[in-house]
Amino acid sequence: MKNNSDTQPRKLKDDLKMNYGPNKKFVAICAGTGCRAYGSLKVKEALEAELKKQNMNVDVIATGCLGFCEKGPMVVIHPDKYFYQSVKVADVPEIVSKTVAKGEVISRLLYRHPETKRTMFREEDMPFYKKQLRVVFGSNGMIDPTKIDDYLVINGYQALGKVLSEMTPEGVINEVKKAGLRGRGGGGFHTAVKWEGVRKAAGEPKYVIANGDEGDPGAYMDRSLMEGNPHSIIEGMIIGGYAVGANEGYIYVRNEYPLAVTHLNIAIEAAREAGLLGKNILGTDFSFDIHINKGAGAFVCGESSALFASIEGRAGEPRAKYVHAVEKGLWDKPTVLNNVETWANVPLIINKGADWYSSIGTEGSKGTKIFSLVGKIRNTGLIEVPMGTTLYEIIYDMGGGITNGRKFKAVQTGGPSGGCIPESLLDIPVDFDKLYEVGSMMGSGGMIVMDDKSCMVDVARYFLAFLKEESCGKCVPCREGVRRMSDILEDICAGKGTEGDIDLLETMSQAIADGSLCALGGSAPNPVLSTIKYFREEYEAHIKDHRCPAGVCKALITYSIDPERCTGCGLCIKVCPTQATSGEKKKAHTIDNNKCTRCGACIESCKFEAINVK
Amino acid sequence: MVNLTVDGKNISAPKGTMLLEAIRGAGIAIPTLCAHEAVSRSGACRLCVVEIKKGNRTRIVTSCLYAAEDGLIVNTKSDRVLNVRRLVMELLLARCPESEVLQKMAKEMSVEVQPRFVADSDKGKCILCRSCVRVCEEVVGVSAIGLFSRGSQKTVGTPYNEKSDVCIGCGACVYVCPTGHIEMTSTGDKRKIWGRTFRMQTCDKCGKYFAPIDQLKFISKKTGVPMSELTVCTECR
Repeated sequence: MKNNSDTQPRKLKDDLKMNYGPNKKFVAICAGTGCRAYGSLKVKEALEAELKKQNMNVDVIATGCLGFCEKGPMVVIHPDKYFYQSVKVADVPEIVSKTVAKGEVISRLLYRHPETKRTMFREEDMPFYKKQLRVVFGSNGMIDPTKIDDYLVINGYQALGKVLSEMTPEGVINEVKKAGLRGRGGGGFHTAVKWEGVRKAAGEPKYVIANGDEGDPGAYMDRSLMEGNPHSIIEGMIIGGYAVGANEGYIYVRNEYPLAVTHLNIAIEAAREAGLLGKNILGTDFSFDIHINKGAGAFVCGESSALFASIEGRAGEPRAKYVHAVEKGLWDKPTVLNNVETWANVPLIINKGADWYSSIGTEGSKGTKIFSLVGKIRNTGLIEVPMGTTLYEIIYDMGGGITNGRKFKAVQTGGPSGGCIPESLLDIPVDFDKLYEVGSMMGSGGMIVMDDKSCMVDVARYFLAFLKEESCGKCVPCREGVRRMSDILEDICAGKGTEGDIDLLETMSQAIADGSLCALGGSAPNPVLSTIKYFREEYEAHIKDHRCPAGVCKALITYSIDPERCTGCGLCIKVCPTQATSGEKKKAHTIDNNKCTRCGACIESCKFEAINVK
Repeated sequence: MVNLTVDGKNISAPKGTMLLEAIRGAGIAIPTLCAHEAVSRSGACRLCVVEIKKGNRTRIVTSCLYAAEDGLIVNTKSDRVLNVRRLVMELLLARCPESEVLQKMAKEMSVEVQPRFVADSDKGKCILCRSCVRVCEEVVGVSAIGLFSRGSQKTVGTPYNEKSDVCIGCGACVYVCPTGHIEMTSTGDKRKIWGRTFRMQTCDKCGKYFAPIDQLKFISKKTGVPMSELTVCTECR
């Protein structure tokens, strides 16, 4: 396999450097889905128009997600790397005439630390970014994901060149093994072990698949990688294909991720044109191509055997996996299925070496992990941290703590199949094994932060309702059991819980976890078990005292107006949709609980915090 | 042959035998609803679960799909196993409160109705074991029925619940259904199933109605045997 073709991507890159270079002036604007929703494409158009108007020849790059979604749209002015947040079209003329033209900073667009009130110029100064280690995700901000040249400039496809010219398939597997890479999709299975299994398995052809069926509520790490740096996933897959002896790969991506689908398609086409994908890659005798398979949005299709069924054109239902996918996967052929983020880690390991990679992280979990930080958190967004970073650092240092100065209550990790972790465990280092030990899991990296206004029974109810809808319905424990658990939780939240419910939920949980066909059912009880374990008194309050301590469950709460605080401004009367609030102007108002639907409109409108919930 | 231990008893079974057959072969009873000999296994009902020990690892598997292995230690009556089976039976009783088959089975397993589960009234006796769907696809070869929707909304039926063009009225689905959910009525020269009425063929010899004409046509087409040779019932043949 040795030949001189490895010079190809390197040469390509050297040519390109002439055009880019580190001191080049350009404007990067985040065009991830979050920032697009904030209107970043309009800002981009305005920037281009304004630069033209002011006769400046400066490129504007629409990049992938930069992670700090709370503050979008974000604009970064290179080479100074001034970081502007919440940029509006109206800010554009000033950005061009001051920052781009003269290098002057516009301080109102800079990030201001909420406590110290200090303004911060660059990404690396900001607490949100400071403790992150963005080795996988960081490239998003440097490239236009629709341009393969941009990826080549940041050492893209160098790893592939190295693999094809210098490494044997076994050598690649060994490097990944030495790095200690574990699957980012939830299971945390050792990637190299999987690869080795497929390499040794009998049966042709073999397949390589990227799982981009990210379905956890609030999680969008994989989406942002596919949108923001599709080539890193493709390069990882080609290397994986070479390592296991596969010539065909699939990317299974949700159809609800249209931008990801578009960018992946553009990237695949560009890689084919550059001779990096298709027949005789880089002039070697190794051929590999990738197809995109769009999923129709079933959560269960993230499960390996259901995903295979879906690609094969059947209903997305799992099958028993006593024979592993490594031996019988897609079309019953040996198959490597890895998560999108896992694939994106592969080129990094090859480029920087297993020793470097395994120096990051904990004993059992190496490298970094991308998390989506959502919920009652100040800095909503995507973060990438070394494995072993504590929950406290993630939530308080990067996340900036809880919104509205409220108190932290729990963090839900691992998506609907994960568990809720209480405040007492915030010091645990986040890695595959530790999260499992405390009754939750890494999952694909979703983190939903909850404050003291979140009812943990209601949280469990929400997740079980989600899983009830998403169960494929094949096996009895999951289809019928999760539904019945969900019914019981609905009852408890409606004040109709009965004395033995907690015990019954626990017994059912054990049977459903043991008896379900796939991991969806197997882990479905986790939100219930972990909330019972850490917040049992809340369940008891609902069942025995018919009380929702957090003031969430509508059937168990009443609203009242504190006559001391109420100024009689009349705002709550105006906003109430059911005319439950009444009273004379400038005199304390009252709420008729027979009419009140506990919608919360009055609470939001009241400036004097006069409305009590009990 | 492979040698394994089941409930403390040493047994052996030919390589490739599923645990379900191996264990039953040793005279130990295992309940199932979805493992019908005519169709491939789906592992849907989960009643046949057993606990297996391999090295230090213990886990619950469905015996109908797990092949017997050398050195495997199987427990068919552990607490975990019985807990799964009990829940499955309780859930099925709540889903299909009218099913005599389930009631009888529950009684044998000493499982009672779980009062906390409100009994369904819209599911009939269907436990979604999918034996009917499999027999129609794998044995008959027409795939007239399938599964629709997902989760608790899942149902069995013809596409869009309309009269199926491909159904041959053979009734194989009725024969494999473990709970008697599928309705098939035969009166005179007519058979009704899945909302469609089939005309029946009389036996050339005894004169009895014995099979839908569509079924005989299908067999004739598939096997090349002329229709005239198929119009004799099995008893007179």
